[in-house]
Amino acid sequence: MRVGVVIFPGSNCDYDTYYVFKDVLKVDVSFIWHTDSDLRGYDAVILPGGFSYGDYLRAGAIARFSPVMREIVRFAKRGNPVMGICNGFQILLEAELLPGALIPNNGMRFRCEDVYIRVVNNDSIFTRGLDKGRVLKMPIAHYSGNYYADEGTIKSLEDNEQIVFQYCDSAGEVLPEANPNGSILNIAGIVNREGNILGMMPHPERASEKVLGSEDGVEIFKSLMGKV
Amino acid sequence: MEKTKEPEVTLELALEHGLTEEEYRKILEILGRKPNYTELGIFSVMWSEHCSYKNSIAVLKTLPRTGKSLLVKAGEENAGLVDIGDGLAVAFKIESHNHPSAIEPFQGAATGVGGILRDIFTMGARPIASLDSLRFGPLTNPRNKYLFDHVVQGIAHYGNCVGVPTVAGEVYFEECYTGNPLVNVMTVGIVEHEYIVSATAKGEGNAVMIVGSATGRDGIHGATFASEELTEESEYRRPSVQVGDPFTEKLLLEASLELAKKGFLVGMQDMGAAGISCSTSEMSARGKSGMIIDLSKVPLREPGMTPYEIMLSESQERMLVVVKKGFEEETKKIFNKWGLNCVEIGKVTNTQPLEIYMNGEKVGEIPAWHLVLGGGAPVYTRKTKYPSYIEEIRAFDIDEIPEPEDYNEVLLKLISSPNIADKSWVFRQYDYSVMTNTALPPGYGAGVLRIKGTRKALAVKTDGNGRYTYLNPYRGGAIAVAEAARNVVCTGARPLAITNCLNFGNPYDEEIYYQFKNAVHGMGDACRVFDTPVTGGNVSFYNESPDGPIYPTVVVGMLGLIKDIFHITTPWFKNEGDFIILIGNIKGELGGSEYLKVIHGLVKGDAPSIDLEFERRIHDAVLEAIRKGIVNSAIDISDGGLAIALAEACIKNPSGPMGASVYLSGDARNDELLFSECQSCIVVTVREDNLLEMEKIASKNMVPSTTIGRVKGDRRLRINTLIDIDTAVLLREYTAAIPSMMKGG
Amino acid sequence: MVKARIIVRYKPGILDPEGKTIYDALRSLGFEKVEGVETGKYFEITFAGDVDKNKAKELTTDACERLLANPVIQNYSFEIVEGDR
Repeated sequence: MRVGVVIFPGSNCDYDTYYVFKDVLKVDVSFIWHTDSDLRGYDAVILPGGFSYGDYLRAGAIARFSPVMREIVRFAKRGNPVMGICNGFQILLEAELLPGALIPNNGMRFRCEDVYIRVVNNDSIFTRGLDKGRVLKMPIAHYSGNYYADEGTIKSLEDNEQIVFQYCDSAGEVLPEANPNGSILNIAGIVNREGNILGMMPHPERASEKVLGSEDGVEIFKSLMGKV
Repeated sequence: MEKTKEPEVTLELALEHGLTEEEYRKILEILGRKPNYTELGIFSVMWSEHCSYKNSIAVLKTLPRTGKSLLVKAGEENAGLVDIGDGLAVAFKIESHNHPSAIEPFQGAATGVGGILRDIFTMGARPIASLDSLRFGPLTNPRNKYLFDHVVQGIAHYGNCVGVPTVAGEVYFEECYTGNPLVNVMTVGIVEHEYIVSATAKGEGNAVMIVGSATGRDGIHGATFASEELTEESEYRRPSVQVGDPFTEKLLLEASLELAKKGFLVGMQDMGAAGISCSTSEMSARGKSGMIIDLSKVPLREPGMTPYEIMLSESQERMLVVVKKGFEEETKKIFNKWGLNCVEIGKVTNTQPLEIYMNGEKVGEIPAWHLVLGGGAPVYTRKTKYPSYIEEIRAFDIDEIPEPEDYNEVLLKLISSPNIADKSWVFRQYDYSVMTNTALPPGYGAGVLRIKGTRKALAVKTDGNGRYTYLNPYRGGAIAVAEAARNVVCTGARPLAITNCLNFGNPYDEEIYYQFKNAVHGMGDACRVFDTPVTGGNVSFYNESPDGPIYPTVVVGMLGLIKDIFHITTPWFKNEGDFIILIGNIKGELGGSEYLKVIHGLVKGDAPSIDLEFERRIHDAVLEAIRKGIVNSAIDISDGGLAIALAEACIKNPSGPMGASVYLSGDARNDELLFSECQSCIVVTVREDNLLEMEKIASKNMVPSTTIGRVKGDRRLRINTLIDIDTAVLLREYTAAIPSMMKGG
Repeated sequence: MVKARIIVRYKPGILDPEGKTIYDALRSLGFEKVEGVETGKYFEITFAGDVDKNKAKELTTDACERLLANPVIQNYSFEIVEGDR
């Protein structure tokens, strides 16, 4: 299996993500430059976190016009796995590969801390190795992580079991106090209807080694690799 | 293009540029003629305090600046460079951005982060962590609150976007910083030895290139044109505040590191203060070369800029790069790939002068060596006078103050004092986990970063108690080093080297110069004893608010090396039943303490005493025990004394607060036992079966170790019969203090 | 009811990184006729019923000077209008 990690101008979790695949999971991984337009040979593509184009205008708004995005849309529509983390999630929303929007946190501050998320749906390729209800600990680090969508969209997300992760407390309770940014229904991650595109705000690549305080994140990548 | 009419250079104009008459005469002598307006501007910025260190360098030279692991001597390059083995070196430096932050806190702090990042990556090092040492007036004043809030947001805005984690630092609030906040930013980077880049220009015919953002009229100093001539144009005030662009910085960082690996790169330097003037003259002087540059080639943001303006502009996110002749196109390719300007503006020459052209006309010629620190820039030794306030303020008798009746209440007050209370309101706004190296996040003393591809980790910390330095400049300087060293030792690191930021008032005030000189001596003595050479740093004078100068504030940035990530030690109590051991001595020393200030409203007495040799033995003992694997937690005594150290060790456990029962004995008063900020004290916990080993290690290192209590699982902190308190309540007060003061903007 | 419509922008000569990045993006999307982009912030302030236009002007100026703009780097302009709600 070969994984590609996209570098947009301003991506800053590109190397972190690459490192987990290469040095922790020992998977074939390479970088994809934002002007590339050939995704042949890749089995999965990750849009990493960061501040593509400085987050100017809106987070993800400019990156979604990168040449590579045209190819990624096609790649995803063919059913291949695409995962957007943090800024990557924001780009997927701007590109309309996933529904909804991420608006500034309700506290109007950048927020960096460890959070707990609950696996709500383990029926996607990204969560198939995880038990439903399992609680994962990993960091968030974002200014615009407040998931918003209109009522109809939220309802269809629920009906189609597209909500994959919800912010919760350490015991797995999905409570308002455990919501770090004001997201509707404590949404931390969603998939498309087909289940091959995941967007999530927390950073699994920052929770993939013991020395960093949590290895929960690596479980998501392992699921993706089918290594479970 | 119409030729710009420039003011005639006179002594008066030189004085307006901040030069002295003596300095102006020296310029006439160097050039053998009168400088033109552009040249005068260049001399004035290069000989400014900021670039030349003219009032501090003579004193700074007394600091220990060499050591076996130092790869460059202090001041030789843009930042210090320390060998850490495995073919790796650490580049690190701290710098102040106090005055810009006082005017425009968000951009002032942001561009402070940007400048120090560039100092690191122009050496070829990838920045892996930043730290911030901040000082503000009390949060009860709305302006202070505004400054605090916006400085923190500015740091977050810049550092988060570039993707360098902010992992440690400190924040203090004192009246003296009202209107004159301190914003000192440190960055740490890692470089493989073979890719270290020097800020040197040499090799005749090699290309001089400007890369990064276009040049605008930002931050031009001394632009006090003979003002009566300016009417229409004076409306067009030159902006003195620069706006940072972290996005461009990130691109510049990646492009520079790509370039650093190319054999054709000769040298690279950031354009910070004094922009093109500083980078061209310093790089030339280092290489004993000259340069011919053409300002008409510099990409400009605004039309009609004069040579004076282009030479003095402080537009951010620019660098000067020198590459071997014939590699100009390859260099351009790298920067263009990242969407950045890269333009050749001149050549290196073998002759000494820096020759400046614009539109085919020579607009300046100055021998570079004469402009720079270590070359022809002036050096002054200022007069000192023993400060008149010191005697009075040190005359303090503990019997003047009553002993508190309710120590639980005192402890609660102290733990919610903004200087001690939880700072997560601050660091939660910083991305501290990006780059996936952060093994110990902010809030626990030193920040710890593992080094990928090795078993090693770095511990980094800034420290500096202005109150101590105010009471006793020498001790204050020494303690700043000792405390920073102690903090990295507590994580399991051996202190390696320091960088420093010296924040003082007006150096022409003899009492302030006394503070400066003595604080530097204290710092130097401590560095010699701990074998932590000074790799470089920054001096910020003229920190004065309308009410007077700030406390003399020495901020030390310490670098420590952890040999194996297995040794990483945290400050919180872990297991019920562990023995709590005090390594060091408790003395009755309340001078300058947070207790005196918060509970009795006094800033009095002498700073705590310190025996540097003893302090070093404490470090040795604790490190040895940590490396033996017997230390379950380690925390040092600092602000708030032993009681606060114990309270923090109870409440910092991420899985929830612990308890402890502690018995202290001694002939001091109870408040002295609990709250003296005694130096050279570390509280560790060990399992019962390791008690003997711990004692052995302590006695081998000739330091006292006293078992003072045990860790409890019942969430109560008990000290003698004085304190008996629910640690969950302590935790609540500790975490609520700053957010509640910042509520409602 | 009186409203103030305020625009705060960078002063001439101050770097506007956001504007520059959006400019570059527009050009790369083929907007060749775009020659520059400046960003700013738009505010709408609604005043209490007893505030007339003159008073609103005074209050708005004060709000801009003290909070909405930093006079060191920003200019502001505004218009006072009768609100429709």
